[in-house]
Amino acid sequence: MKFKRMKINVEKNAAAFIHMDDVHQPTHDKNLWNARMKRDRMAASIPEWEQMRDLASQIKEHALTHLDQYVEQFVMAATKRGTIVHFAKTAEDHNRIIYEILKSHNATKIVKSKSMLQEECEMAPYLESRGIELIETDLGERIQQLSGEMPSHIVMPAIHKTTDDVAELFARTIGTDPNNKDPQELTEAMRNNARPKFLEAHAGLTGANFAVAETGAFVVCTNEGNADLTAAIPPLHIASIGIEKILPKTEDLGLFIRLLSRSALGTPATQYTSHFMGPRENGAELHIVLTDNGRSERLGKAEFWYSLKCIRCGACMNTCPVYRRSSGIAYGATYSGPIGIIIDPTFDDKKYSELPFHSSLCGSCTEVCPVHINIAEQITLWRQHMVRIKASKPSLHYAFNVAGKLFGSPKWFRRAEKLGYYGLKLAPDWLVYNKTLNAWGKNRQMPAIQKETFRDWYIKNRVK
Amino acid sequence: MSDLHQLLGDIRKHLPKEKIAYPQVPTFTKIKDKAVLKQQFIDALALVGGVCHDVSDIAECQQIMRDKLGEVAVICSATAEWEGNKTITDIAHPRDLDDVDLGIIRAEFGVAEMGMVWLTENSLKINSLGFLSQHLAVLLDPDTITENMHTAYQQIDFNASEYGCFVMGPSATADIGATLVRGAQGPRSLTLFFLKTPVPDQ
Amino acid sequence: MRVGLFIPCYIDAIYPKVGIATLELLEKLGVEVIVPLDQTCCGQPMGNEGDQKNAAAAEALFCKNFEGFDYIVGPAGSCVKHVRQHFDAIPQTTQVQQIRKNTFELVEFLTDVLQVSEFPWTSFNHSVAIHNSCSAIRGLHIQSRSEWQEPRFNKTEELLHKVSGVTVKHLDRPDECCGFGGTFCVTDEAVSVKMGQDKVADYERQEVAYVVSPDMSCLMHQQGIAERDKSPLKFVHIAQVLNNGPY
Repeated sequence: MKFKRMKINVEKNAAAFIHMDDVHQPTHDKNLWNARMKRDRMAASIPEWEQMRDLASQIKEHALTHLDQYVEQFVMAATKRGTIVHFAKTAEDHNRIIYEILKSHNATKIVKSKSMLQEECEMAPYLESRGIELIETDLGERIQQLSGEMPSHIVMPAIHKTTDDVAELFARTIGTDPNNKDPQELTEAMRNNARPKFLEAHAGLTGANFAVAETGAFVVCTNEGNADLTAAIPPLHIASIGIEKILPKTEDLGLFIRLLSRSALGTPATQYTSHFMGPRENGAELHIVLTDNGRSERLGKAEFWYSLKCIRCGACMNTCPVYRRSSGIAYGATYSGPIGIIIDPTFDDKKYSELPFHSSLCGSCTEVCPVHINIAEQITLWRQHMVRIKASKPSLHYAFNVAGKLFGSPKWFRRAEKLGYYGLKLAPDWLVYNKTLNAWGKNRQMPAIQKETFRDWYIKNRVK
Repeated sequence: MSDLHQLLGDIRKHLPKEKIAYPQVPTFTKIKDKAVLKQQFIDALALVGGVCHDVSDIAECQQIMRDKLGEVAVICSATAEWEGNKTITDIAHPRDLDDVDLGIIRAEFGVAEMGMVWLTENSLKINSLGFLSQHLAVLLDPDTITENMHTAYQQIDFNASEYGCFVMGPSATADIGATLVRGAQGPRSLTLFFLKTPVPDQ
Repeated sequence: MRVGLFIPCYIDAIYPKVGIATLELLEKLGVEVIVPLDQTCCGQPMGNEGDQKNAAAAEALFCKNFEGFDYIVGPAGSCVKHVRQHFDAIPQTTQVQQIRKNTFELVEFLTDVLQVSEFPWTSFNHSVAIHNSCSAIRGLHIQSRSEWQEPRFNKTEELLHKVSGVTVKHLDRPDECCGFGGTFCVTDEAVSVKMGQDKVADYERQEVAYVVSPDMSCLMHQQGIAERDKSPLKFVHIAQVLNNGPY
């Protein structure tokens, strides 16, 4: 369960993941680095790759700087096709609208494909507490649903779990043989378990990867075909779409479909790229819940609005050395990894105040992003924000107050160096390497402060 | 309750002052030769677990599927050229295709870059055929293979259908232990037959 | 050419030989080198953590010390990157902008400005792995970025190939962050150490004797981990190799 305002201690959670055993973190790191390498191989096979990234970035910036125009065009086009468009300003609006649509159709059994937006709005607990049975159909999301956890990665929700973990989970929840650890057979078991749910569902819920203003259509990309099953069988299809997903024209899709899966998984595309223009024939209904939930406000933040360009590929997570060693669960939020630490503070800058510091600022995220979001730069800007609102670590802030004065004065700096030298020289090892007092010394030998500094040497040897 | 007017107002309040222009996106086409495009399609589809065959008639397709799957109970075709034993026009509800072992569809066109085929409710007749069938046999006229996603989107009429899907091989997932598995929720296999579109009877 | 030598705080206190090597190397190459005696720190630790207020004093002092030089050269990629790209806690006068623009890291200075073609006074008969810091790669671009489709180059490696006896071995993950990250190394200790241990393991897989880098800050963290692990790996700054000591 999620406790609303409890500050997420991401460092502690990450440490727990690392120290869990010597299987989970190394496997997680290896699998995601592999995804990053596959992405690089894809990029190398396309001569126009960098041109594509530049164009995608520009299209997104154009769409966002003209968002009112495209939202209006999208809504008109979709409505003309018979799609019913609803507007949700907040997460609560979003959940309430969906509940009311379901209630008015007597829909209590729902299947859904992956939607980060629905996750973000915490839709599942809202509906479930009102008597709606909700089944995740994306295999990774279903694994997470069965284990009571949030998704760990936006594309591979259960990537932090080993095959053994899933075997144990399925044995416990869907009755498979606990000794069966073959991914093919476990997947087959879930296929058979999920199949009846599609057939008897009253409604299907999806998200959307892209929405096109020109036609009012939206696109859902899956590898399993679960979005298509979700939309093709029940008579009611509800799609949650964030306003930032809107692209101007159909032709833009050519670019984004070519970039998305290559960036995310290092495969040319997903097995299914599904386009929904209007309600299915034969009396089916198609609803869109067009959702703001802080996005319009974020558009107005000069330092942070570029994060709205995000196409949810997860490439930043795959490349992030810190994320790979933490797992997404450590972040305690719908969005984790580099994109998470610049988006989550917009939802709650107290609960997520530690997140922007969970980065070595290596910058790889910025370099890998298919739409050139300046993620690393935004991380630094969020740190400035946290310092301003006094939400950064008090010990660090105190240390910096001291450091600021020391480094601003040559005389005091020299004194600190001498003090450091004698201090470390005289202090016994058990004190220097005390695990509580000295984080450096927990797992590293201390560097040696020199008796003669460079400046001492220079004055002695070079100054007449 | 929120409405379009409020949403537009909220957006306009926060629109960035600096506007970015809409760029011209090229089609990045390089290949003119149809044979090259066909081979690229075959290679791309093979990468994702789809299998291609050159055939001269439906009987050949049927034999290949029999060799592959054995005698299956329910065959449902969305095409006039390949008859199954479950008539799609008799289907009352999409869920009634649940028992289909082999679904047959003629794709509207193919995309060389990806090994994708474009299917809509016009070619599927009932959308769920493409996803409830345990196995799929897809007919494709090789002359309809277009080079890449850019050229593909240029030729789709989004007014001609309510649903359209680029299908690339059988369904798959790597969500368990990052191990690739084919046949996740959708079809377990996709077999593609290069066969020219039949000329309609007068 | 008048060059002001920028000696980062930790070089002054912990690795003075790197400063000496840099000074002597530049002098061997015919450069007039002046060392401002009142310099302290570039303010990067505070700047990176978002503490602009406390970074400002250090930044102002830096500019005071380094006005009037043709170039400012420092043997530290992350510090130089901070000066060039982030020195914004103080007003951006013409003078400040000029100083920022003229601040160079040693490898890029030798390659792009001095365009040195040989180092006849030195040799280094060892197998080495190169570590370029994230700041140096993605900030100063002294090495091509693996995330981009761009021509492959490595300025540090090009310099080392001019030193007789050097054998360069490449890592499995050539540009993955080592986990130092400034104060990150203590605030996020578990992740930082894991990253460092993985980096050291990569060096060990390549069976190198030395790790050579233009950035001692990363090396300080990696060396701390290697030493705790009782690894025989040795860590040196490229200035020391190019100058033939002091080690």
